[in-house]
Amino acid sequence: MSYPIDTTRPAPPAAGEPGYRPDSQSRFRTCPVTSRRIHAQAEAAVKVNAVTAIVFLLVGTIAAVLIVLTRWQAVHLLSATWFYRLLGVHAMSMLIFFIIFFEMAVLHFASTVLIDARNSAPKTSWVAYGLMLGGALLVESMMWGGKADVLFTSYVPLRADPLYYLGVIFFAVGALIVTGVFFANLVVAKRERTYEGSLPLVVYGAATAAIIAVITLLHGAAIYIPTFLWSLGLMKVDPEVYRMVWWGLGHSSQQINVAAMVAIWYMLGALTIGAVVLNEKISRSAFVLYILFISMASAHHLLVDPGLGPAWKVVNTSYFMYMAVLASMIHGFTVPAGMELGMRLRGYTNGLFGWLRKAPWGDPGFSSLVLSVVVFGFVGGITGVTIGTEQINIIVHNTLRVPGHFHATVVSGTAMAFMGATYYLIPLIFQKRVAFWRAAKLQPYLFAGGMFIFTVSMTFAGNFGVPRRHWDITFSQAPYSVPFNPIVDLLLAFVALGGLLAATGAFIFVGIAVKSVFFGQALGPVTRGVAMVGVPQGITHPPVHAADVDQRNAELHDASRGIMGPAPGTIVLVLIFLAVFALYFFSNWKILSFLWRIG
Amino acid sequence: MHTETHTGLDAPRGDWWKPAHKAEKVWVGIAFGWCMVLFAMMPLWHWKGGQNPSGIRRRVEPAAFAARAEEFIRQYKTGEDRGMPIVEPPPGADVYLMAMAFQWRPILKLKQGAEYTLHLSSLDVNHGFSLFPINVNFQVVPGYDYGLRVRPNASGDFRIMCNEFCGIGHHTMVGRVIVTGAPAVAAAPSAEKVR
Repeated sequence: MSYPIDTTRPAPPAAGEPGYRPDSQSRFRTCPVTSRRIHAQAEAAVKVNAVTAIVFLLVGTIAAVLIVLTRWQAVHLLSATWFYRLLGVHAMSMLIFFIIFFEMAVLHFASTVLIDARNSAPKTSWVAYGLMLGGALLVESMMWGGKADVLFTSYVPLRADPLYYLGVIFFAVGALIVTGVFFANLVVAKRERTYEGSLPLVVYGAATAAIIAVITLLHGAAIYIPTFLWSLGLMKVDPEVYRMVWWGLGHSSQQINVAAMVAIWYMLGALTIGAVVLNEKISRSAFVLYILFISMASAHHLLVDPGLGPAWKVVNTSYFMYMAVLASMIHGFTVPAGMELGMRLRGYTNGLFGWLRKAPWGDPGFSSLVLSVVVFGFVGGITGVTIGTEQINIIVHNTLRVPGHFHATVVSGTAMAFMGATYYLIPLIFQKRVAFWRAAKLQPYLFAGGMFIFTVSMTFAGNFGVPRRHWDITFSQAPYSVPFNPIVDLLLAFVALGGLLAATGAFIFVGIAVKSVFFGQALGPVTRGVAMVGVPQGITHPPVHAADVDQRNAELHDASRGIMGPAPGTIVLVLIFLAVFALYFFSNWKILSFLWRIG
Repeated sequence: MHTETHTGLDAPRGDWWKPAHKAEKVWVGIAFGWCMVLFAMMPLWHWKGGQNPSGIRRRVEPAAFAARAEEFIRQYKTGEDRGMPIVEPPPGADVYLMAMAFQWRPILKLKQGAEYTLHLSSLDVNHGFSLFPINVNFQVVPGYDYGLRVRPNASGDFRIMCNEFCGIGHHTMVGRVIVTGAPAVAAAPSAEKVR
């Protein structure tokens, strides 16, 4: 079929007509661009969750600027108390509130708009939103008020005000309810036959995220409820058990981000350049691998802990022999290969990389997608697997290599993908043009470029043993000097530079989103083939496949093209990736081998 | 859906459980093989490598650990640095290091090439043992004794930073380990094996 308009879809039957179904009574609009039926109550939930997410992004970014200006020793802006306090604020605002509110928008969007379905429980959506917002505000007020200087992880027996834990519980319960709404929407859509066949791959990916979210949030309940009771003096919590179960929440929630991000990769590929699904079986099986194995990652944080033995560590840290890494390496191939094939099917067949040269680099949805894939894979993925290796963790644990890794996954990967999706949500859901259009075209490059400098410099600084979560590595108030190599000062200056560039990118993004949504110009009629300021190219020039697409597809899959198949450019790219991966992985073993003997 | 070509936004109709192209299968195979290499390295290093975070692990009450450590300090104390005891245990000894907000107690004096069992535990909250400048890091958890067999391979004046947030004075928490030159008896190097 040719995306995005399927003119064969019949109008819904009115009341009394055969085939009438309950959702005919709901209020729908038909998207003028994609012809999709969009349910008012679903759209409202997407909007309010996305906007809330972006408000928390703003709070987190302000904290980020103050933090990097403190770790840059030449500036050293904040006092120790405010440094640690804002580090907690930054992490909660970004990693929990921004990302999860946006994921709630994604879950509502994927379970309704993408399959022409309705929000089956609008009131429940609002109750969940209220719980989440109330919880988030409670947590923020506790942290800003200095009643929860326990950082993101709040390791017992560090103690925060009981209301802090209660706020987290409210937020988690709200999020759990939204996953319920998500599954209910899917069931109702199936029963009302809003789509034929299987769920689209993007929705399948979102369902993966929702399932992992349930696992994650149950871990959250299992640790925050006892900790809340402990903070009231009602029970005991073992510090090591806390670490294990808390990371069942803390790390697994990052796997919700991974699944949601990969789903958005498939969506942005389709919207921007008509990326196709190479093989449903492979891509879906990879999502199943995430569900089966990815919640074992709690172990990544316990590799040099006294509580658990080597066998447990080896099995868990590797997601049972790296089956979740396998899943990511599969998506790392199928996403770009689907993009390459999509472009080749539309006639961009020159050489190995003609499809990349001709791609719409000025479409912020597309550039965000590519930058997200590249930085997530090359920096986040490679460092993540390497530092999550049991023994290598000895030279990594709690150094700057850890935040160096997860900023490359969560920020350059997930947040970048969410930003790219927002450039399409603004015209398609908010029905507004993207404001400050020229800035929007540059924003992904600024954000990802800044984050690249930030994460790589942080990783190198961590190689010298520079601790994370540390106010003063000159140790001016400590009893003994710790003379770091002078290169560390330079690296931390680069961390600040990259951080400030990325923060500028984030501020521009927030500005664009707020201006577009609240004060923006209405989208107005879109004419195919006519470029418009403030409308991404994937909407004005939808990547429609020609009528003879199947014949082209057959030619590209012809046996005469040999092992390189329909996407030879991607094969070259993934082999480069594998070579970089192996080099980084084995250099770390080499460095480890120089240390004291430890066992 | 009139064709087999569709995007991730389209609901695939009919049977989509179809064989993949050879290129995709080969990549999945390569990725699987690489995952096995990643995995095999860990047991392999336990067997052949010299740095493993295994150790002797047991639960201990913070008060009991503190009592044992103070006894160790009395037994082997050789000096003081601004009130902090300097302790020089013989090679092979069990060595106790207490972490507390915001200090590491005591200062350890070890010999290059000798093996010790270094017991780490915390008397209050979580701390992070980070040996500067060689960048060796372990988590120190209250209620747990982490007994690591260590063998310093170079002499020098080392620092122990705390790299787990332990309170507002976290950044002042620095301890000291002194490693002195090679001992008279370098214990049978060929028999050196990981335990």
